[in-house]
Amino acid sequence: MRDFSYIAANTIPEAVALLDEKGENARILAGGTDLIVQVREARRDVNWIIDIKSIPEVNALDYNADTGLVLGAAVECYKIYADDAICKGYPGLIDATKIIGGTAIQGRAAVGGNLCNASPAADGIPPLIVLNATCVIAGPNGEREVPVEQFCTAPGQTVLKNGEMLVSIKIPAPESNSSSFYLRFIPRNEMDIAVVGAGASVVLDDTKQTIVSARIALAAVAPTPLFAEEASARLAGREISDAAIDEAAEAAKAIARPISDMRGTAEQRTHLVGVLTRRALNGAIQRVREAT
Amino acid sequence: MARRSHVQTTINGETVEFLCEPRQSLLEVLRDELHLTGAKEGCNNGNCGACSVILDGRLVNSCLVLGVETEGKSVETIEGLAAPDKLHPIQDAFLENAALQCGICTPGFIMSAKALLDQNPNPTEHEVRYWLAGNLCRCTGYDKIVRAVLDAAAAE
Repeated sequence: MRDFSYIAANTIPEAVALLDEKGENARILAGGTDLIVQVREARRDVNWIIDIKSIPEVNALDYNADTGLVLGAAVECYKIYADDAICKGYPGLIDATKIIGGTAIQGRAAVGGNLCNASPAADGIPPLIVLNATCVIAGPNGEREVPVEQFCTAPGQTVLKNGEMLVSIKIPAPESNSSSFYLRFIPRNEMDIAVVGAGASVVLDDTKQTIVSARIALAAVAPTPLFAEEASARLAGREISDAAIDEAAEAAKAIARPISDMRGTAEQRTHLVGVLTRRALNGAIQRVREAT
Repeated sequence: MARRSHVQTTINGETVEFLCEPRQSLLEVLRDELHLTGAKEGCNNGNCGACSVILDGRLVNSCLVLGVETEGKSVETIEGLAAPDKLHPIQDAFLENAALQCGICTPGFIMSAKALLDQNPNPTEHEVRYWLAGNLCRCTGYDKIVRAVLDAAAAE
């Protein structure tokens, strides 16, 4: 592996000052399951690695039924799915944390890292989009917040400027009669990268027959994970029916602009967007109806 | 070249000090600096699990951990499993079930199985298969390995 220097930062200001000073050749280390491979394979030019795992704020995992979840940027997948309140409130996020890599990856990899790595196929990002998550970013000029669907700008690229770091992800408290679901298509059972991924969240009315609002997000069909805004909006106020779900799935397909690669053709991926969007929506609806 | 850092960690219950460069992975430190060659390098990118060790109670790929990150932490490797006069029950079960051929993947599978049984002493076959999905075997196949882990669970 190429030579680099390692610094463990203990506070946000310390990490930000280091990032600001070292510039674009500095990278944040959380779980390292992407970064260490990228440095080893010379896919990123890194001279400084700044380990943030000793900083309290990035390890926050605070759930409050009124205010929602603060998910520190370095919280590992296994801690998220070990938390019963988070499993109940945000099942779509749990779906993703359980399928990112295998056991050993989930012991290290963070959802915040999955976001900062900005893979188009990231399983962790569509659930955050459908859960209306916000990124809390610290930088030399203080803190700013960005909706998660605006965070990734291109494969491997984010809105983070030199000197900025992701501190945490804020997710609003789940509304009553709401749930979420994430799934992906892979040709294996486990340990694979999404050919297509789809997440959905729904809020139903008290009869659980009508959709009050919905959000749909897609992975691996564009340079960044996508919020399917129009598909989501079409479901607002609609009675639950196959026709309504199909209409949303078609609208989701319309924004997919996939590439053909070794994992699948553009045609297959576009088809999968329809299939997975329907399954994600129906999965989220079923979870609302089955909840006690 | 970046300066070598002094790191103090606990490996298989013993306090260990070593010097390493920041770019050396925990796997490289274990094998090249400490001569604990049980953990194997397979893919070196987190897919194969041959380098699996337990870090502060969690299963990790040691190729995806920097040596310098282990300051003050506790590492368990395959070398710490057997008692001086007796194999660990998981090791016995692998032998009884012929759950290995070339042996390269075996230390990783056994550490992965140990991490599973430490937190779930009676896993189902389904749980064993999903837990071990990050460990690849290219000769025995998985059936004997899964049976060995289930046998070890029953024996413990």
